[in-house]
Amino acid sequence: MTKPLLEIKNLHVWFKVFGGILRVLDGVNFTVMSEEKVGLVGETGCGKTTTMKAIMRLLSMPPAIIPKGEILFKGKDILRMNRAELQQIRKEKISMIFQDPTAALNPVFTIGTQIQDAVRFSGKSGRKMKKDEIKARAMQVLKEVSLPDQERVLHNYPIQLSGGMRQRVCISMALVSASELIIGDEPETSLDVTIKDQILRLLKELVEKHNTSIILISHALGTVKNMTDKVYVMYAGTMVELAKTKDLFAHPLHPYSKGLLAAIPRLTGGGIGEGIDGHIPEYINPPKGCRFHPRCKQVMPMCKDKKPPLFKVSEKHEVACFLFQNFGGDCIDK
Amino acid sequence: MQKKSLTQEELSRRWENIRRNWYKFSRNPLSITGLVMICIILFFTIFAPFVSPYPESAGKFINFYEASQPPSLNHLCGTDAFGRDILTRIFFGCRYSLIMGVTVLLLIVPVGVVLGLIAGYHKGSWLEIVIMRTTDIFIAVPPLILALAVCSVLTPSIFNAMLAISIAWWPWYTRLVYGIVSSLKEEFFVKSAEVTGASKIHILFREILLNCISPILTKMSLDMGWIILIGSSLSFVGLGAQPPTPDLGSMVADGSKYLPDQWWISVFPAFAIMLIVLSFNLFGDGIRDTLGVERG
Amino acid sequence: MGKTIKFIAKRLAFSVFVLVGLSILIFVIARVMPGNPARMALGARAPEWVVERLREEMHLNEPLYVQYYYWAKGALHGNFGISLVTRRSVANDIKAFFPASLELALYAGIFMGIIGIVLGTISGWYANTWVDNLVRIISYMGIVTPSFVFAIFFVLIFSYVLEILPTIGRLTPGVVPPPSVTGVITFDALITGRFDVFFDALKHLLLPAISLAMGPLSQEARITRASLVDNVQKDYIASERSCGIPERTIMFKYLLKPSLIPTITIYGLDFASILGNAFLVELIFNWPGLSRYGMNAMLQKDLNAITAVVLVLGLVFIIANIVVDLTVGYLDPRIGLGTERSSE
Repeated sequence: MTKPLLEIKNLHVWFKVFGGILRVLDGVNFTVMSEEKVGLVGETGCGKTTTMKAIMRLLSMPPAIIPKGEILFKGKDILRMNRAELQQIRKEKISMIFQDPTAALNPVFTIGTQIQDAVRFSGKSGRKMKKDEIKARAMQVLKEVSLPDQERVLHNYPIQLSGGMRQRVCISMALVSASELIIGDEPETSLDVTIKDQILRLLKELVEKHNTSIILISHALGTVKNMTDKVYVMYAGTMVELAKTKDLFAHPLHPYSKGLLAAIPRLTGGGIGEGIDGHIPEYINPPKGCRFHPRCKQVMPMCKDKKPPLFKVSEKHEVACFLFQNFGGDCIDK
Repeated sequence: MQKKSLTQEELSRRWENIRRNWYKFSRNPLSITGLVMICIILFFTIFAPFVSPYPESAGKFINFYEASQPPSLNHLCGTDAFGRDILTRIFFGCRYSLIMGVTVLLLIVPVGVVLGLIAGYHKGSWLEIVIMRTTDIFIAVPPLILALAVCSVLTPSIFNAMLAISIAWWPWYTRLVYGIVSSLKEEFFVKSAEVTGASKIHILFREILLNCISPILTKMSLDMGWIILIGSSLSFVGLGAQPPTPDLGSMVADGSKYLPDQWWISVFPAFAIMLIVLSFNLFGDGIRDTLGVERG
Repeated sequence: MGKTIKFIAKRLAFSVFVLVGLSILIFVIARVMPGNPARMALGARAPEWVVERLREEMHLNEPLYVQYYYWAKGALHGNFGISLVTRRSVANDIKAFFPASLELALYAGIFMGIIGIVLGTISGWYANTWVDNLVRIISYMGIVTPSFVFAIFFVLIFSYVLEILPTIGRLTPGVVPPPSVTGVITFDALITGRFDVFFDALKHLLLPAISLAMGPLSQEARITRASLVDNVQKDYIASERSCGIPERTIMFKYLLKPSLIPTITIYGLDFASILGNAFLVELIFNWPGLSRYGMNAMLQKDLNAITAVVLVLGLVFIIANIVVDLTVGYLDPRIGLGTERSSE
């Protein structure tokens, strides 16, 4: 069994705010293997971005607190790394693509400045590169993301580019500083419908070409279906289901996953789809036991007290729901 | 019957809004400090004749036996060259400062806001051009200079000082409202009101003005401090209230002659100015944070 | 470059219009004053016919627009009339006093810019620590204190108590000023190599310039801090961090530049504060500048002088605003460009 590239173990992330403590992440487990494409779905506010930011230690530490948990990258805990090691990871191994490319690019610097700085500070060789080498690399990486007229783009400011182009630039910067893992936080959400597809396809090509793993966050299930090998379903700060993409879409097990998939409008038969009653809980006073139980149509008495661990239903298909506790096999405990 | 219940609903909604804003406001200790300070100041100024230790000091009063006394238990802030109790004069002086702030705002806010509404709504017409170019002319010089110039050609008095500050300050409200209105004008809700045949006045006042209230209120609370500051500068050079009327700025000016020995004559009124302006600034910042208006 | 020139040209043309409007405004205000300016100039003892002669000369008996016409004609030739107080040509008075005010405003502006930004940046970088809280309290005090209070306070401390800085005039009596090249003593001293004069002049500049700068500097510090604190949470900072760009580069380059934009934007207004408060500070420090001259003119109702001083200061302010706008346009491409867009 090969060692995972990234392994999040029992991660808890809390936020200290004026009224109390927001217990957002409540024991998150997440694994990414080498060259694997993993999807992460869940509604807005369920903690997807928080988890990803925690990986890169991009959370502002006050107000965020991490009381428990480990994030192991190739066996070393990112949360306990010193500055230099963390910097190494950010420079060469992992990078993140944000949802809104307009907000993710510094508005007062040219694209060229930003990309070339990313190149200059990436990896050990970056430091010793000469100016023209840096520029050449920048142009090369812009070409990889299919941006035409790279020379002009380097001199442009973000505001002069369209949304799709900006996202391509962000992808190129991620390519420069991530040789092992790219995290895409809904990279297509804020783009035009016509461009979404292009960007996702580009991302998939690049990831396959460079043998990088990718964590793709989305709340568009269709996206995830086409792009990933394995999917995690997240709800209110916990992973509720994990399966191979095909399996999840064919046989969703967790009541929440079932609800999610039922909500997709279908072109053939079915109609508009039904939503799930209720809304995500407040993190200040989250429900005891299973966090989904107030909305669950199949709730049982024990769901209100105990938090369900991930039960292994089959090879690579795990559900955090007491409905499946009798499946035996290994159960991933907290 | 239906109309009545609608307004009731609206009223209770507005009340909810106010309560929510109050809750937000009260979370910030600095804002509450500002509010408390303002209340204390108001208390002392409104009831000045009753709470000040030596109310005669506020007018024509001379008592050379007690002249130039340093701060003591009898006179908490000391006395000036005429024997007048400085603390009392500060209380009365605050009255004039506050009155100045309120009066100036009462004068310029209606005028400035209405002009801004008209200019913003009729963007592109000659009305807008005339109004906005006029504001450009008025703000071409720093406000203090314009106020000084106006003040200097009129007989020095509190009222003329207020007039001068008003003349210098009104354009800012017009510009503020103009900016908001011209951007809102294209918004959907305005267009839909126009299409359904609402009268221009209705649109201007009901729809658009409601959106301007937060920035206007914020600006007003912060401006109180600025106006009092400018007012004290004017009276420092003798262009505001005339002796023997106590005025914080002129008290500082008078006292400067006796520095550094009789420092209390200048220092306490100076502190008073700072405290008043501070309280309005804290309060104004609190309002701005509560109503969520942009900075700058 | 062409864009910049066009921008400046447009603004200058606009300024001409504004100055004309301003002159009309001031003119009207000045002439509307009750009382007899000619009488005031000549004093209560002057005989009636002399007063009447002066009135004729000043065109005071004619309708307002005629008066304005005569004034404007003169103004276009650089003749702003005669000062009723100094009895000299106002234009000469302005030439004499302007450099001193310019020097003061310049130094005050430099202090305000540099100290304000540095304080605000430190406050922002160390947000919510004791350093930040200290700077915030100080800047609050700075904002609520009038310039004249600072002036008096500084005079008290540095001159009376500590006795290390002078409080009157531009040079210690007895020090010979350098030959006048620009009129700005510190520049002239540097240009002609008179370093002793330079330091003496600097000593005299220190207190008045800082008194003027304290208020606006605090504003700048506040806005810089607020903008740093806002921007540090922005996605682009997180994105740059995730690319491995070192923290130092982020702090000094990527965070600072966008955060300075609001600061520089309000620089113009803060400069207005300096120009306005100069009237009081020059009075307190007996600084022979245009504002003190203007202040005296206002107190003695010297109409020609008042009009001219307001216009000159208005021009200075307009130029300052143009410079500020150019700088902001240079720093912030969203304002400078914005319309050119490449297509996908």
